[in-house]
Amino acid sequence: MRIVVASGKGGTGKTTVATSLALSAGDSVRFMDCDVEAPNAALFLNPTFGTRKEVGILLPVVDETLCTYCGKCAEVCEFHAIAVIGKKTLVFPELCHGCGSCTLVCPEKVISERLDVMGVLESGIAASGIHFSHGVMNVGEPMAVHIIRELKKWDGLGTAASVELGQARGETRRLLDQRSRNDIEIRDSPPGASCPVVETMRGADFILLVTEPTPFGLHDLKQVVGIARELGIPAGVVVNRDGIGDNAVEAYCAEAGIPILLRIPMERRFAEAIASGKPLVDAAPEYREKFQALLEDITAKVAA
Amino acid sequence: MKLAISISGNKLESAFDPRFGRAAAFCLVDSETGEWSSHENPALSASGGAGVQASQFVAKLGAEAVVSGAYGPNAFDTLSPAGIEMYLAPTGEPLTAADVLALFKAGKLSKAAAATHAGHHEGHH
Repeated sequence: MRIVVASGKGGTGKTTVATSLALSAGDSVRFMDCDVEAPNAALFLNPTFGTRKEVGILLPVVDETLCTYCGKCAEVCEFHAIAVIGKKTLVFPELCHGCGSCTLVCPEKVISERLDVMGVLESGIAASGIHFSHGVMNVGEPMAVHIIRELKKWDGLGTAASVELGQARGETRRLLDQRSRNDIEIRDSPPGASCPVVETMRGADFILLVTEPTPFGLHDLKQVVGIARELGIPAGVVVNRDGIGDNAVEAYCAEAGIPILLRIPMERRFAEAIASGKPLVDAAPEYREKFQALLEDITAKVAA
Repeated sequence: MKLAISISGNKLESAFDPRFGRAAAFCLVDSETGEWSSHENPALSASGGAGVQASQFVAKLGAEAVVSGAYGPNAFDTLSPAGIEMYLAPTGEPLTAADVLALFKAGKLSKAAAATHAGHHEGHH
């Protein structure tokens, strides 16, 4: 079962909810921090990273000695990242999305591909035996989607090319073998409502939307509800900082038929714990049961 | 010489458009014979890479030189190897394509030696 924790508005408590949900879910949980622009779940789950993999997109490399300048590559490119002008074929790496269409259509087969590294994936074991992985995008890179896509399909065991720290790798392997029993995957989404969020949600079984009861929280909640509906994935809401703001989120959820599955009140002790890198369920152990109940709720809804 | 002038209409009297990649159209004019035609810019609605697309378009039209108000790095890097000269027309005053042609003939237009501004592609998602 794959659960995405998303929000729309940033700073509503996605990582707070995602990490506490993972810590309450027993063993054989897989956790993915998909907020590759600012991954911070590791601060709460403290994984020991065992494997690492460089990721990016494949850029076309044209062998100009064999190119006939037919222009088919430029025609097929939706992003104008490759141009044929006179007797020159030009590649614009910063426009390229790495889709590979040019390589595919080249009748002379003179386009090869090289990896343009945009960031790294890291994987390891965290508290409670959680199989943790995240992506870290290099500063200055504009496109997070590729890294998220790679993260989702990475088993975290590494390849011959990746850096491995032997023991931790063996541990990951052992945990993965166990994983099939429970098979819970929790993805911490980036904020917003653009492509990286859509990529994180794609293929999920349930979307848990963390919001705060404010006009801003509601505005962005509506946007991500729109994405969840477009993708046909069931969703439920967690109201964080409950007690502040107004009742508009509640009214909207009732009207839109989206269940509110958990409320976390605005309390200073929660804020203090989060600020010092402590997961919510560690600071407030009574919440462990609430998160377990939340997981049961989600499991029932996915099964229905 | 065949010039492609970035314009916002479809006539020789149309207003000069100082943007290159996002110009509405190009007026292709022969500076010797005065013969002209107008061509809608296919890159106008491109989600990205407008400079690259517009450059390929004017090259296909057979332009030997372009006149616009600014060239981004991708337009510059596409037009340069194609041997298409890039002229800059003044952007502060309202000009028509015919005015720009007159300035060109009088030798009053300068050439762009490098991209005139940074790219627009950073916010691409």
